[in-house]
Amino acid sequence: MASHSESIIREPLITGKDITYAKITNDVLRPVENMPGKAWWIGFTVASLGACLWVFAVSYTFWYGIGSWGLNKTVGWAWDITGFVWWVGIGHAGTLISAILLLFRQNWRNSINRSAEAMTIFAVICAATYVVSHMGRPWMAYWPLPLPNQFGSLWVNFNSPLVWDVFAISTYFSVSLVFWYTGLLPDLATIRDRATGIRRKIYSVLSFGWTGSVKTWQRFETVCLILAGISTPLVLSVHTIVSMDFATSLEPGWHTTIFPPYFVAGAIFSGFAMVQTLLLITRKVLGLENYITMFHIESMNKIILLTGSIVGVAYLTEFFIAYYSGGEYEQYTFLNRFIGPYWWAGCMMYGCNVLMTQLMWFKKIRTNIPASWVLSIVVNIGMWFERFVIIVVSLHRDYLTSSWAMFYPTWVDVSIFIGSIGLFFTMFLLFIRVLPSIAMAEVKLILKSSSEQAKKKLIEHGHLDQEQVEFYKESLTKFDSVEIADYQKA
Amino acid sequence: MSSTKYILGLFEDPDELMHGIDTLQKNSVPIYDVYTPMPIHGIERKLGIKDSRLGYAAFMFGCLGGTTIFSMAYYMLVQDWPMNIGGKPAFAIPDFIPITFEWTVLFTAFGMVATFFYATHLFPGRTPRVMDYRATDDRFVIAIDAKGNIPHDDITNLLKQAGAVEVKHNDRKYVSYE
Repeated sequence: MASHSESIIREPLITGKDITYAKITNDVLRPVENMPGKAWWIGFTVASLGACLWVFAVSYTFWYGIGSWGLNKTVGWAWDITGFVWWVGIGHAGTLISAILLLFRQNWRNSINRSAEAMTIFAVICAATYVVSHMGRPWMAYWPLPLPNQFGSLWVNFNSPLVWDVFAISTYFSVSLVFWYTGLLPDLATIRDRATGIRRKIYSVLSFGWTGSVKTWQRFETVCLILAGISTPLVLSVHTIVSMDFATSLEPGWHTTIFPPYFVAGAIFSGFAMVQTLLLITRKVLGLENYITMFHIESMNKIILLTGSIVGVAYLTEFFIAYYSGGEYEQYTFLNRFIGPYWWAGCMMYGCNVLMTQLMWFKKIRTNIPASWVLSIVVNIGMWFERFVIIVVSLHRDYLTSSWAMFYPTWVDVSIFIGSIGLFFTMFLLFIRVLPSIAMAEVKLILKSSSEQAKKKLIEHGHLDQEQVEFYKESLTKFDSVEIADYQKA
Repeated sequence: MSSTKYILGLFEDPDELMHGIDTLQKNSVPIYDVYTPMPIHGIERKLGIKDSRLGYAAFMFGCLGGTTIFSMAYYMLVQDWPMNIGGKPAFAIPDFIPITFEWTVLFTAFGMVATFFYATHLFPGRTPRVMDYRATDDRFVIAIDAKGNIPHDDITNLLKQAGAVEVKHNDRKYVSYE
């Protein structure tokens, strides 16, 4: 109910004075309805140069084959699969925010879900390109599909985790896209009704004729709830299946039953770090501090801390099981992460993911924007190294000592990776220019109950427990978008 | 006879909108529809809109998806071309669970969303039937069919009393047509 007022001890989700429904629309649509600023152009230039590098490096791979990568007969999977798993993992936060937090009725998701879901889609696109380029002969990319034998192969083997992965990733991508686009319809209609000329025509086609009548809204909410309900197990299944690509093999370091939950936690961990990386800049550049508040930042940091610690426990479990199993190959693999030639990669993995995230226990760090941003980058680096360590470091020294080898990336490997980051940012920057980066309808929904101004009004009416009011005021001190002075006299 | 086709009451606040609906209903003025920039819970009950049956559709599509892929896997790996993989049974049910799950979700999502679009007449390029442009921005709009609901001034007064910031008498049903 719109008139429902929330407990005063809950922190506000929208800060600022005189926020009206119209102001929310204006604030969110400012980048969409106006020409972009200098910061956007600089970012877009750099990102699209990266995307060009990606196009070049992938084309080079297609032309000369994957022999242009640094793979050898011992290390047959390296940066490509590392990049694939890294990007898929990053995608997971978007679905977590849009689906799982919806089921748990976490209203703070309302202002970050749109951009996080967009990030999911772009990350999965980046991941998919790795799979296609690793096929070597991408024109045969349809081979993993269950097509009849006349197409040139047997039926696909449904016992294989790689085939499961094809199904999981394609389902995940298309369901995320549907979920995202359905949620966009009301906001596209808002842009349409404010635009004129050709822009109105374009957004008119895109908005499917949305009007916001009672019945449509009611059906819309049912659809969103059910989509959230099915996306929740879906997102957990995706990284579970990705982990099975490794866990069902006999390779020491891969062959572990802990992989599914460990990969899922790691995916959410890295995904939230990427959301943090993007949103801390977006909120500043687009001036959305009132909607993406310190509460949102701190909440995301808490999730990073939690999932980072789960990953830490998984690491410890792996070490213990390697010791306890008594298997010498297994034991060597885990020792090799510290004493082998890739000791530095192991240190990056454990240091960035476990040690650095523990800094989030301190509220000062959790609520400090530059520190959060740096830590989010650290987590992204750490999670890339985690996949590198699991994939390359496990492979490079396994059973036969005579086959031991090192992996050296070529410029193509490096360019595809850097290029995919460029591609990702190009898509994200285009997204914030043409689509609303915050779900306006959903933010409007919580304006009357959870905004700072609504809570201030409650305080001014003065029927509240004084102790709770003090607690609330205390919690406001960490916000960078709240005028604390207004509360001194109240 | 006035040329007014629809009377629109524009509200600034969802609670006043609810009050407006109550006032009109108390005075037996039928409401054509209500347009809001965000979902307002409780309106659908006042306007007598039945619960959505999309959940049933979703369930059926899910069953269809799961059955389809499981049957496909059975046909391909057991019936049409069984492979001897280390002497293990060709009909390996646990191995078919992941794909069965994925297609259950896939069919549920696409089937349900397609049903939603079909039932609410949403499709790419549909001409928007907009009664007031601000209904997707910051106005909560009650639309009343002017035909048969006279006198119009009484309705205007009722809306104004209930807290409408503006009352429009539109000669056309939709303002979005050229």
